[in-house]
Amino acid sequence: MKSWSAAFVGGLMAATALASSGALGATPRDTVVMAKQIDDIISLDPGESFEFSGSEAVGNIYDKLLTFDLANVSDIRGQLAETWSVSDDGTTYSFKIRKGIKFHSGNPVTAKDAAWSFQRAVIMDKQPAFILSQFGFTKDNVKERIQAVDDDTLVIRTDKAYAPTFFFYCLTASVASVVDSKLAMQHEKNGDLANEWLRTNSAASGAYKLRRWEPKESYTLEANEAYWDGAPRNRRVVVRNVGEAASQRLLLEKGDVDFARNLEKDQIVGISGNKDLKTTQGVKGSLFYISLNQKNEQLRKPEVIEAIKYLIDYKGIEENLLKGRYQVHQAFLPKGFMGASEAAPYKLDIARAKDLLAKAGLGNGFQVTMDVRNISPYTDVAQAIQGSFAQAGIRLELIPGDGKQTLTKYRARNHDIYIGEWGPDYQDPHTNAQTFAMNPDNSDEGKTKTLAWRNAWDIPEMTKATEAAVVERDAGKRAQIYKDLQAQHQKVSPFAIMFQQIEVAAHRANVDGLVIGPSFDNNYYKNIVKK
Amino acid sequence: MSIGQSLPGTGALASALGGFRRAYGLVGSVILTLLGLLVITFVIARVVPIDPVLAVVGDRATPELYERTRLELGLDRPLYVQFYLYLRQVLSGDLGNSVLTSRPVIEDVARFFPATLELATAATLLGVVVGVPMGVLAAVRRGSWLDHLVRVVGLAGYSIPVFWLGLVGLLLFYAELGWVEGPGRLSVGYEDIVDPVTGVILLDAALAGEWDVFRDAFAHLILPASVLGYFSLAYISRMTRSFMLDQLSQEYVTTARVKGVSEARIIWRHAFRNITVPLVTVIALSYAHLLEGSVLTETVFAWPGLGAYITSSLLNVDMNAVLGGTLVVGLAFVGVNLLSDLLYRVLDPRAR
Repeated sequence: MKSWSAAFVGGLMAATALASSGALGATPRDTVVMAKQIDDIISLDPGESFEFSGSEAVGNIYDKLLTFDLANVSDIRGQLAETWSVSDDGTTYSFKIRKGIKFHSGNPVTAKDAAWSFQRAVIMDKQPAFILSQFGFTKDNVKERIQAVDDDTLVIRTDKAYAPTFFFYCLTASVASVVDSKLAMQHEKNGDLANEWLRTNSAASGAYKLRRWEPKESYTLEANEAYWDGAPRNRRVVVRNVGEAASQRLLLEKGDVDFARNLEKDQIVGISGNKDLKTTQGVKGSLFYISLNQKNEQLRKPEVIEAIKYLIDYKGIEENLLKGRYQVHQAFLPKGFMGASEAAPYKLDIARAKDLLAKAGLGNGFQVTMDVRNISPYTDVAQAIQGSFAQAGIRLELIPGDGKQTLTKYRARNHDIYIGEWGPDYQDPHTNAQTFAMNPDNSDEGKTKTLAWRNAWDIPEMTKATEAAVVERDAGKRAQIYKDLQAQHQKVSPFAIMFQQIEVAAHRANVDGLVIGPSFDNNYYKNIVKK
Repeated sequence: MSIGQSLPGTGALASALGGFRRAYGLVGSVILTLLGLLVITFVIARVVPIDPVLAVVGDRATPELYERTRLELGLDRPLYVQFYLYLRQVLSGDLGNSVLTSRPVIEDVARFFPATLELATAATLLGVVVGVPMGVLAAVRRGSWLDHLVRVVGLAGYSIPVFWLGLVGLLLFYAELGWVEGPGRLSVGYEDIVDPVTGVILLDAALAGEWDVFRDAFAHLILPASVLGYFSLAYISRMTRSFMLDQLSQEYVTTARVKGVSEARIIWRHAFRNITVPLVTVIALSYAHLLEGSVLTETVFAWPGLGAYITSSLLNVDMNAVLGGTLVVGLAFVGVNLLSDLLYRVLDPRAR
């Protein structure tokens, strides 16, 4: 028995020794390693990718015709386009492509590639295609409306005159990335326009090439040393899927990753005293809101709508539950967007809310439900709202559910109150105005399931005003229309917009240069460097 | 020749027929099990209150794209027709494509299952190597501090959440002591050195003779395997103790002691030998359970296994992935059960 025990203990010690000897320590000097939740990536084809993590990867691999200054998004700049112009009638756009730029394959970047890329996105008609097709492009007309006149000139004709800023901002979205048509078409299968191949491979001209993507595991980008806008300051970026935030923190503290991208509030506070670690942050476009279904007799009363906006402890929730991850914001355009309003007229005011409820004939309160995704911070914020509602007599029952489950119910207009987030699809104000302030058909059969429709909010006048804003060609006037719309929306809408997201990346102190832009495809790795 | 005595050769024929009937019954039960699994999973995935089209096209899709996808998914057809079409596709060897990874489900399973297999096998080995002797010792020294310790360890194994144990394990053995590697299957510096052959990194590294990669993979595996193995160990040690106590109270043990047989011989040659058959069942059940994948362990240790794959697929109504994954888990269950049946026959002549 003793000899057996000795062998057993010896075996365990040997196993431990073997395990210990594998430790590598710090990450390679020329390689940036990130721990991030990337299991949402479905495809890295820019004509198809529409998930947060996928957009970030695509944004580092592909170039677009236009981009904008991250510090001042109103400043639209050329990326692959050197110059551009709009015809007097506002329906024809011409772009001159920069000369001398090459794709990773060595093929030159031409207007034909740009035309093919846009046509392809419209013809494939995947999730993000609407960003382009909303300008009147269809499978049948896109080849005629988007054409390369020669290798340097691209001409695009829209179905009517839109605000040029609206069109330009849409061209800064991932779906408008320019793909190497010659390389891609070598991999076309059954007329799929190389969709299958481009899901896991790249044909681009950007700062990085896609070396490998293993779904739900990791992706690796390799620097394009010949990048026309300056080679990246690192050789390789490895992004590994680490779903658990606590595990991300341990990896970062140990030095096995350079960045932890999804730390939660408590973990960010927890690492604040560690001199080996730092954080970089940027304001994102996602808005955190609650909305009231106007099919509910009580929730449709204007006084109740207003009372509920006074029954949220915006500051308290920001300080205690969301610090560093969200900031108070109460308008439907996120800070940083053209025409965004920073007015925040609502704060917790129980007495005022009670008065308003009494005016609505609901002085004794009422019972209502809220559908909540069963993850943080939705559950935490919902519970805080439940507490403040109770102070005015509103008995709020929380119905937890999986994200897709609550969304299904929301889209079927079967909720009372919904708590959720909305992120813009592109950098133009129309993306949010269209969903928060437009509802062309409020019937149950309505096909355009905007957020206003989901809450059965019938707004013919506001819908017209929003439609007018998108064709206003004077940028100044257009911005003013949105400011007015937001003021009105803040006052009467069944939306209590509460917070705007802040993205925080924790990283080793010797690593710097990650750019966190306003949307996920503007998170750039190119300048990351290890000191 | 008396009545009842068989003709020469009849016994062999009867035996062959019996074997054929057993094999026939076995295949039939396997097919029925897998079919039942598919039906139940299919129905569950269809009755959950999640719009399957939404899972495919996302929240921002145009009405036209939504409708087109609904038709492409065949959701306009009755449920039984949808199932029939799926079954026909499976029988032709095609599990379809996953919505969440855009790849054939067969490829996904071939990538995720080896990770689960590696983890489950290591955990079960640990559970057996530590759990069985612990259970035997606890039974032999019933009422001693060792027995109490084994029972406490067993109880804790049932009570402590795996999620918590995983994080504490990482904090202590990875972050504080640095004995093991952290989450993931390999360190960045060792990626892309070994070409995947079996998908089990330890095996692939050994086959390629890349011992540095082997050591790194082992250093990543040991902690999640220990965490999962602990739960396996708790179950196995508890059951071993119970089986042994039962055997040690039998008369043949008393007789052996009276005859002066050594205690070690009584324990290992007599009592332990008699518990091997039920013990194989316990171990097989534990192993089969781990082969389903452990979502929480996989999440904490960033282990790309089948459990997390099936769970996230189910929550996104990625039907092909859910059904394909379930089929593989079902096959693994059946395989492990068949293996334990075979072992019965080896261990117990009466079962032959």
